[in-house]
Amino acid sequence: MLEIEIDGKKLTVNQGSTVMDAAHAAGTYIPHFCYHKKLSIAANCRMCLVEVEKAPKPLPACATPVTDGMKVYTASPLAKKAQAGVMEFLLINHPLDCPICDQGGECQLQDLAVGYGNSASRYQEEKRVVVGKDMGPLVSAEEMSRCIHCTRCVRFTEEIGGFQEIGMANRSEFSEIMPFLGKTVDSEISGNVIDLCPVGALTSKPFRYSTRAWELSRRKSVSPHDGLGANLIVQVKQNEVMRVLPLENEAINECWLSDRDRFAYEGLNSAERLQKPMIKFDGKWHETDWQTALEYVVKGLNGVSADHGKDAIGFLLSPHSTTEELYLAQKLARAFGVNNVDAALRRSDTRVAKQQQGALWLGSSIVELAASKSILVVGATQRSEQPLLASRLRQSVKKGSQLNVIHVADDELFTSLNAKLIVAPQQLVNALAQVLKAVVTAKAGETAIDLAAANVSAEAQAIADSLCAADSASIVLGNVAQNHPAFSELLALAQEIARLTGARFGIAAAAANTVGADVAGANPVRGAFGQNVTAGLSAAEMLAAPRKAYVLLNNEVEADSYNGQQAVAAMKQAATVIALTAYKGAGLLDYADVLLPIAPFSETAGSFINMEGKLQSFNGVVRPLGETRPAWKVLRVLGNMLSLNGFEQNSCEEVRAELLALGDIAAQLNNGQSVLAANVAAGNGELVRVGDVPLYHADPICRRADSLQQTAAAAVPQLQLNPADAERLGLQDGQAVTVAQGAAEVSLQLRTDAALAQGAARVAAAHPATVALGGLFEPIQIKRG
Amino acid sequence: MLSAESLAKIDRELAKYPADQARSAVMGALRIALTERREKGATPEERCLNSEVIEFVANYIGIAPVAAYEVATFYNMYDMKPVGKHKITVCTNLPCALRGGMNAAEYIGKKLGIHLGETTADGKFTLLEGECMGACGDAPVLLVNNHSMCSFMTPEAIDKKLAELE
Repeated sequence: MLEIEIDGKKLTVNQGSTVMDAAHAAGTYIPHFCYHKKLSIAANCRMCLVEVEKAPKPLPACATPVTDGMKVYTASPLAKKAQAGVMEFLLINHPLDCPICDQGGECQLQDLAVGYGNSASRYQEEKRVVVGKDMGPLVSAEEMSRCIHCTRCVRFTEEIGGFQEIGMANRSEFSEIMPFLGKTVDSEISGNVIDLCPVGALTSKPFRYSTRAWELSRRKSVSPHDGLGANLIVQVKQNEVMRVLPLENEAINECWLSDRDRFAYEGLNSAERLQKPMIKFDGKWHETDWQTALEYVVKGLNGVSADHGKDAIGFLLSPHSTTEELYLAQKLARAFGVNNVDAALRRSDTRVAKQQQGALWLGSSIVELAASKSILVVGATQRSEQPLLASRLRQSVKKGSQLNVIHVADDELFTSLNAKLIVAPQQLVNALAQVLKAVVTAKAGETAIDLAAANVSAEAQAIADSLCAADSASIVLGNVAQNHPAFSELLALAQEIARLTGARFGIAAAAANTVGADVAGANPVRGAFGQNVTAGLSAAEMLAAPRKAYVLLNNEVEADSYNGQQAVAAMKQAATVIALTAYKGAGLLDYADVLLPIAPFSETAGSFINMEGKLQSFNGVVRPLGETRPAWKVLRVLGNMLSLNGFEQNSCEEVRAELLALGDIAAQLNNGQSVLAANVAAGNGELVRVGDVPLYHADPICRRADSLQQTAAAAVPQLQLNPADAERLGLQDGQAVTVAQGAAEVSLQLRTDAALAQGAARVAAAHPATVALGGLFEPIQIKRG
Repeated sequence: MLSAESLAKIDRELAKYPADQARSAVMGALRIALTERREKGATPEERCLNSEVIEFVANYIGIAPVAAYEVATFYNMYDMKPVGKHKITVCTNLPCALRGGMNAAEYIGKKLGIHLGETTADGKFTLLEGECMGACGDAPVLLVNNHSMCSFMTPEAIDKKLAELE
């Protein structure tokens, strides 16, 4: 520890910290542009110059390490003169277009020019002009003359994004920030450069010129997209969500947001929003009032239950709905006598619900996961499932953690892997079994699982060695593993590896409330907080054995199910399909019979339980659009109209209190499996589809965010095959092919990709071009042309 | 994109640095790529670096294309614009200028019929203004194709040199 003095204030700081760190600790503000606590030190803006005793000239606080007995003056005449001088230089080429600049009012340069600059410039000559750049549909770089070359954006893409997509070309007066010639910025977390840019050079393309920063009110919320539960500041003007910014939470999203969390708000203002209840009558849709629509729903449910019994009704709930909504929906279903309730819509393994002993979760906090010395990620397209978790694991690797991957494709993670096992989907279980076998041998342990079919490969051995050697290890099953038909085998194997190595294991929840759904009882076997209920059918079972009536909460089955083809067929044969939805999507208009407009996360209070089991509550940030109502209110009224008991809640908080009174969330989190029987034999050699969910098609809101839909990640999916498989089938890269599952055929372009395992045929899920196909991890046929 | 010999040279550059610091080899790799293009290129456009070559080099050594582009555009010896078969860079910094550097540049320009920064119509010569080459005592100095430095470039010496290059 070193003793130093800042502006006469004495403090002790750690060896190796900088003057800037020390000033932060002392609560002293030093002006800066290029310094950012999460990025490397560049010291190129020179704004943080301070006077240090015995130093001959002012020193940059961000890059000056403290020494014992150092005396720093941040506001001495020398420091002030240096800061004013730097400010004058920074403003030489900066245009005076603050009145039309999008950053105006929230601009660091503007603020610091007032605080630390002179009132007038002596510079009379011409200012330089920099031509705008195209960085893609999300980040605007139209006014690069405003750039002050702090290189925060460059360092962000390289250090946090993992791949340097932005660079500073040329030299001195000709320096320009740009993406590589002809390229756009395609990172899944690119929007953070907008927050990082201290001036108006990089701005948000969807938000630009729509309003001024000071007209917006800031409201806290929680992201409804991935399972991370990123904290948001939603900015609102005249009852409309104008943009979304990160709310710093070091334990969850740090100071970042993924582009999905940041830009999906455009979907909230989509023209497809349902504003009035609608009923289909004589094959035509008619707008109606709530009373009529709800009476129609009650009549429909009572009718089907009288004619076909309660078991003929199925409730398909969305893991993107709030905990309160899910709780009331399952309560309504069960009070009405319907046991078929599920929110695990893309899960194909129907055994999991029957074997689980609690709510499946990450197995540790996000911070604990990132701090693990050895991490094994099984079946995850990390960068599209939870972009910020992928980024966090990248930082872990930099700090010395070993990252191991078992997956169906060697996806680019922009980090170095300790070991990877890339296998076709039907070999995934066998691959994890190899690791278990190696662990059993290394630890001289025993397991109930028959591992005779597993032959330990060198990579599996390396993964096992890494897990055994580390003093803290974690195993995480991603979305591909969770949707895989052998999810329970994968869970059982992970459980055994964790038991033998002392590792933690869990799932990386794909949706904002995947964990919340299990806790709230949106599960066919377990009620809220594990209450005993009569077991019903899981989502996959409800669709495989079609019901007579379906109630859909906040989901579009063609895109949100494991098997879209089967789901739509089930909807079409049903006597009635009741959809509580925020959108009148083409699919719903086709197969639903009544649409009830419910509020998305921005228009209702609620809470999500994120992947680490943390309950995060939020309030609505704007009034519901049109005649939209929060889903909890709709469900409550439906409960009353169906004459059910226990639907007297007057606010979302009452619903939450009623739910939380049932137990303790932490006690519910349990990845344990009651059955460990697992067939670990490798599958056969036929082509199996890899139906991973594309970044911007994961939920109804982001599917309608226009700017996100223009990104490269939202492009029409291609059929991806290993070159060897393509050659075996006599197919060429770039050729048009027809892929078929069941009765459906779709035409796609073929792209050969050596990163894909042999035997895997990647056809992304949830995109309009592929929803007609069948199961996400089922055999697939490929035809020419 | 590049010949086997050039790739072998780049491999040699890569071998000089630890595997996880391959980006250190970017300057050498770009130089090797540029040298090959200058020797083999038939037109001025084929003798300089362009985005395809830079991307190829970046991918070859395993760094982001824009990181290689930053380097290529920072140093002025990497030709990013079309360049003649012989690139003549004349030093016009103060010591050279005092000893006839500007005159040498003007003389060459008059002889070739081009101004500083231009390429002859036949694509043979490009005349550039250069910075100090560290040989002020030998002024005027000029550099041919980045590699060969010529000292005491009086008009006679220039005539001789240009005749050699023809």
